[in-house]
Amino acid sequence: MTAPLDIEGPAAPPRSNGELVFAEPWESRAFGMAVCLYEAGAFTWPEFQAALIARIAAWEAGADQDQPYNYYRLWLAALEDVLVGLRAVSTDEVTTRTHALAQRPQGHDHRDHPDDHDHPH
Amino acid sequence: MTTTGGPDETLSVALRTEALEQLLTERGLIDPKVMNGIITEYETNVGPLNGAKVVAKAWTDPDYRQRLLDDGTAAIKELGFSGAQGEHIVVVENTATTHNVVVCTLCSCYPWPVLGLPPSWYKDPAYRSRIVKEPRTVLSEMGLDLADDVQITVRDSTSEVRWLVLPERPAGTEHLTEEELVPLVSRDAMVGVAKVGAP
Repeated sequence: MTAPLDIEGPAAPPRSNGELVFAEPWESRAFGMAVCLYEAGAFTWPEFQAALIARIAAWEAGADQDQPYNYYRLWLAALEDVLVGLRAVSTDEVTTRTHALAQRPQGHDHRDHPDDHDHPH
Repeated sequence: MTTTGGPDETLSVALRTEALEQLLTERGLIDPKVMNGIITEYETNVGPLNGAKVVAKAWTDPDYRQRLLDDGTAAIKELGFSGAQGEHIVVVENTATTHNVVVCTLCSCYPWPVLGLPPSWYKDPAYRSRIVKEPRTVLSEMGLDLADDVQITVRDSTSEVRWLVLPERPAGTEHLTEEELVPLVSRDAMVGVAKVGAP
């Protein structure tokens, strides 16, 4: 790939150390889940890393380039791959739950209520 | 490898993240309090300041510098920095004639305990492929022009080796203490896409 470095956009090289660690809240959740599971011994880091490399390679091979490159989207997909492989969850379960969450009435999105994070769903 | 193609692609990735977190929490596989603590730690505590302390100590303590070059992970742990992605850190020194720059061509391996999480450009496909093929050009685009006689070595991080650059101490800083040097050391200098400037 010979795409120019994105000098202005979200992937632009920062001139200082002031960049936000996570661009959006869900990215921090996807990151936190993987590290939490790793620290709990659910998988080794090389296992997760192999899944991440496979997801990135697939995107770069063009199979997935209908989506713009988003590192944490590929991270989440890799985490799902590992967890499905461990039979901790199935892809269908995650999809079904995602649809259910999408049906929530407006105003029940808990991303808008950071202080109310422990309420039961 | 499974794919998540199909209708669910159109659903927000944020919702899918939340769905996975719910399922894992219900099954007792993650504890949201532990997970929140991890996120807060990486958002607030783990960052390039740690690496800057390592570099400033190496600049002012020759014995420490040698230990750092001999066994990066162990020397970094001396200062209390360890944890995920902190294994197998190898430190290479930049000088007036040799310049090391770090990449992870396959994903985004990065020494988290000393640099925090990688910036977006480090994860970007363009940086990951181009820095290997044309490092001098990419470094110039990022604001670092190196003389033609400076030898550039691109270091590819993996799960076996995570590279950290010990930048060259800038001229004119001989009178500064370790504490005074710390704020000069930028993350970009420790990845090798910048130099440390004199104050």
